[in-house]
Amino acid sequence: MSTSVVDTGLCNLDSMLRALEFCGARPHAVRAPRDVAAADRLILPGVGAFVTAMARLESMDLVRPIQDAAAKGIPILGVCLGMQLLASTGTEGGVSEGLGLIPGRVTPLRPMGPRERVPHMGWNTVEHDGSHPLLGGIAPGTDFYFVHSHRFDPEDEADIVARTPYGGKFASVVACGSVFGVQFHPEKSQKPGFALLRQFLSGPC
Amino acid sequence: MLKHRVVPTMLYSRTGLVKSVRFDPSRRVGAAAQAISVYNLRQVDELILLDIAACADKRIPDLGLIDELADYCFVPFTVGGGIRNVEDARALLQVGADKISVNSGFVERRALVSEIADVFGRQSVTVSIDARRMENGHEVFSHCGAKPASVEPAVLAAEAEEAGAGEILLTSIDRDGTMEGYDIELIAAVASAVSVPVVVSGGAGEYAHMAEALEAGASAVAASSIFHFTEKTPLGAKTYLRKQGFPVRL
Repeated sequence: MSTSVVDTGLCNLDSMLRALEFCGARPHAVRAPRDVAAADRLILPGVGAFVTAMARLESMDLVRPIQDAAAKGIPILGVCLGMQLLASTGTEGGVSEGLGLIPGRVTPLRPMGPRERVPHMGWNTVEHDGSHPLLGGIAPGTDFYFVHSHRFDPEDEADIVARTPYGGKFASVVACGSVFGVQFHPEKSQKPGFALLRQFLSGPC
Repeated sequence: MLKHRVVPTMLYSRTGLVKSVRFDPSRRVGAAAQAISVYNLRQVDELILLDIAACADKRIPDLGLIDELADYCFVPFTVGGGIRNVEDARALLQVGADKISVNSGFVERRALVSEIADVFGRQSVTVSIDARRMENGHEVFSHCGAKPASVEPAVLAAEAEEAGAGEILLTSIDRDGTMEGYDIELIAAVASAVSVPVVVSGGAGEYAHMAEALEAGASAVAASSIFHFTEKTPLGAKTYLRKQGFPVRL
C-alpha cells in the first residue's frame, strides 16, 4: 500500500513525510499526473493562498487526476489549505473554483470579540461526537495545532465531522465518502496528530 | 478554545546554543539537537530558533543544521537570522522551518515581508521586533540591538501586519536574560496596535511573569533563561497558567 503526498512545491513536505514514516507508512512525494493516478492513498498538504495553490495544481495537470482518484474511492486527506482546496469555491482574491470534492465555500475567518486574532494560530480544541473512524481513539476536545486565516463551510452539515470554537465555530474535520479534510496540522500536533494519521493510513475510514 | 502557547526560544551562535543578557551573548548552554528532543518530550507548544550571528555574518542559518533539527521537531518550528529575500525564506522553509522570522531585513526594507507572504502565505512569516525602553517611550533596534531604527515598536508592528506578517515576535532588549519579568507596557502597546497574534519574549523568570504578559494582551509567551537556568519547565508554566484560569494545552 503506497501513500502519496502531492508535492506542489509551494510547501515543505518533510514534516509530513517524517510524520507518516513515524506512523509506519512508506510515503513518497508525487508530482506527475500518472503518479497521482497510481496512488493507493493521497495526502494533499498545503499552506498559503487558495488561488495560488489551485493555479499550481492546474498548471501541473493534477486537478483531473485528483478528482478521478476521489471518484474511484481512493482515500484522500486534505490538510490545512489542502482541506480548503476540496471545496467547490474559494473567495480569496475573487471567487475561484476548488477541486469540488466536498460541496461548500471557503471564506475569511472573522474574529468574534476582541480576544480573537487572525490568523488563528496555535492549539485549539477539536469537538466531535466520537463516531467517525478518522477520529477513532481521539477523545472529543483534544487539542490540535492550527494556523490559518480562512474557513471551509460545507454545504451539507453531514459532511462536518468536527468543529473548533473560533470565529464562532468552524469545521475542523470534514468527510464525504473517502475524501477527508483536516484544518489543523496533524504532522505538527504530536501524539493526537499521529493517531489521526494512523487512522487514515489503516482505514477504509 | 484557543490556547495560550508557551514557546522555548533557542539562540544559536555559530557552534551551539547561547544565552544572552540584554543581548550580550556570553553564556553557552549546549547543543541544539539535544535541546529540541528534550523539549519535544516535555510537550512544548512550539519552538523558536534564532541564529544571532547570522545577521552580522551576512548569511542565513546553516541549512544542514535546520534540516537536522527539524527531524526532531514534531511541533511548529520558527527559524530566524539574516533573512533578506524570498530565496532565503524559501531555503529555510524547504529544509523544515514552518515559519521564518525576519527582523533587520524588515527594518531595512519593508517590502520584504509582503514579498515572502505573497509566495508562502502570511502564516509563514513572523516579524521579530526588538525594542528598548527610552526616555520617551520605546524604540526599535535592529541588527541584534545594535542599530536604532527610529521607530516605535507599536508603529513597526502595525506596518508589519499591513505588509503581511502572520505574527509578531516582540522582545524587550532591556529585560532579555534578566528574568525580572516582561516589559508589560511594551506588550500592551504592541498587542493593542495589531490584530495578529503577538508572541512576547525577554524577562521571564517566574511563571507569574507569563501570566502578566498574557493579561497584557500577548497570545503566547516565549522564554529561554527560565528554562535553561532554573528548574522551571514549559509544562510547569502551563500547569501554573491553567490554575490561574488561562487556557493552555496540557
